[in-house]
Amino acid sequence: MKSYKADVLVIGAGAAGLAAAIEVKKSDLKVLIIERAKELGGITLQCIHNGFGLKEFEEELTGPEYAQRFINQVNDLKIPYILDTMVIEITKDKKIYAVNNKEGLIEVSAKAIILAMGCRERTRGAINIPGFRPSGIYTAGQAQRFVNIEGYLPGHTYVILGSGDIGMIMARRLTWEGCNVKAVVEIQPYVSGLLRNQVQCLEDYDIPLITSYTVTKIHGRDRLQGVSIAKVTKDYDRIIGSERFIECDTLLLSVGLIPENELTLQAGATLSQNGGPMVDNNLETTIDGIFACGNVLQVHDLVDMVTSEAKRAGKNVIDYIQYRYDKPVKKEEKIKCIPGENINYLKPDLVNKSDIESNIIFNFRVKYPDRRVIIQFKDEKNKVIYTRKKVYVIPSEMIELALNLKEIGVETTIKEIRIEVIPRPEVLIEED
Amino acid sequence: MSEISTVKVIRCIVCPTGCEIKAIKNPNNEITFEGYTCNRGLEYATQEFYEPKRILTTTIRVENGFLPLIPVRTDKPILKDKLNEALMIIAQTVVNAPVKMGDILIKDLLNSGANVIASRDLGKA
Repeated sequence: MKSYKADVLVIGAGAAGLAAAIEVKKSDLKVLIIERAKELGGITLQCIHNGFGLKEFEEELTGPEYAQRFINQVNDLKIPYILDTMVIEITKDKKIYAVNNKEGLIEVSAKAIILAMGCRERTRGAINIPGFRPSGIYTAGQAQRFVNIEGYLPGHTYVILGSGDIGMIMARRLTWEGCNVKAVVEIQPYVSGLLRNQVQCLEDYDIPLITSYTVTKIHGRDRLQGVSIAKVTKDYDRIIGSERFIECDTLLLSVGLIPENELTLQAGATLSQNGGPMVDNNLETTIDGIFACGNVLQVHDLVDMVTSEAKRAGKNVIDYIQYRYDKPVKKEEKIKCIPGENINYLKPDLVNKSDIESNIIFNFRVKYPDRRVIIQFKDEKNKVIYTRKKVYVIPSEMIELALNLKEIGVETTIKEIRIEVIPRPEVLIEED
Repeated sequence: MSEISTVKVIRCIVCPTGCEIKAIKNPNNEITFEGYTCNRGLEYATQEFYEPKRILTTTIRVENGFLPLIPVRTDKPILKDKLNEALMIIAQTVVNAPVKMGDILIKDLLNSGANVIASRDLGKA
């Protein structure tokens, strides 16, 4: 078995993996990237629409352009990478096993590992649509790859289930390729992607957006003949009698993304409620020396945010190797971060007490939209330690707050931080 | 008609607030905008009312490439009304690998002043 050695091993060469590797390379450390696909770049390569890079480069780029800029840096810095190689196991002592069709089984040992495997799409199985299993049912990202990279159209007439950004962007893309998109169907009473995509991908082309509806039946045995959709209650139960049939030969599912953490679990790391690994404020998982960043940790709205998180992971890995690797383990006291009222999930899961004097970046999403709210941090005794007003919150917009806990008066005796998003109490209402 | 009337409702996409901006015609046939809450919103609504433009992003067929398609975009926004015509021209274009990011693949598309440029490097097969 061929074996490789590196100081830092990065798993995945998408936006997160590339940015993390480049950051680590700024030190003297030896970094190696392993990628499953035949080229560097990850999923941004198939996101050919524009809107990327406004934060990172202060200009508007397409996905491939964004990826290319990082690929060029990887090549300029001569960072080694292995392509077309699938990692099949990660061990606690930071060894990995991988396979490819040239070398067979390979082994890599590293001092630290950065997990950057991204996320995957939820499929028909995840949402249990009854009916036969004809051809013509794809996830939106799968269809995006066919159309934008492989050069195939999956069908002619479409229904798209889910109003996430990829679904809406595919509606426009397919319209531009001469296809007929009959409707975008959304189970929630509101659109789940960005307003910009609703306006520029659906309204521009008069594609109907049908909210509070879902697909309840698949018609067709060999090829999809159409779908039944039905109105749902606010608890997502379908309303009998509200069914209607839409004829189509293709159904695209844009019904959510899940961090891809089979390897993480297998290594023995703990996952938290969003499906990503539990991490501390340094993005280190519950396994010493294994870090996570990008969509494997939490599904981001913008690639720019993936990049900045990955750079943070890269910097923290450099510190880890310099100060902690191979040194006696210091028992670190941690503050638990707990999602409260109207918080879907929260990162980080833990804050090291020794870090409360530095800026801690909190990321979270709300469960449902709300207006004129306050974001409130409380300790384990329900004492309010921090509040901030916000005009508008929606599940599709990740909220980021950078806080120096010491400056807002948090003492090291604190045990937990609970974050909640609640309506503003009357007395607090002032002009925004 | 000499009354005040709303001629178009524009949903602002500049930020997530999503203001509804109304284009209003006054008795002198002048257009004014209402409902915006910042200057960028007013700018967006003005552009969107008089001359809506979009960046076009699509793909072009490649001969002898590592992949059969290269992703491309216009280097400036083009008129929304011209998108279909532009797509027809792009669909008839074939280029040869290798291609470098930024290479101009179609010059001055439909006399719009915008070029169609490659969004990535694409090597030979």
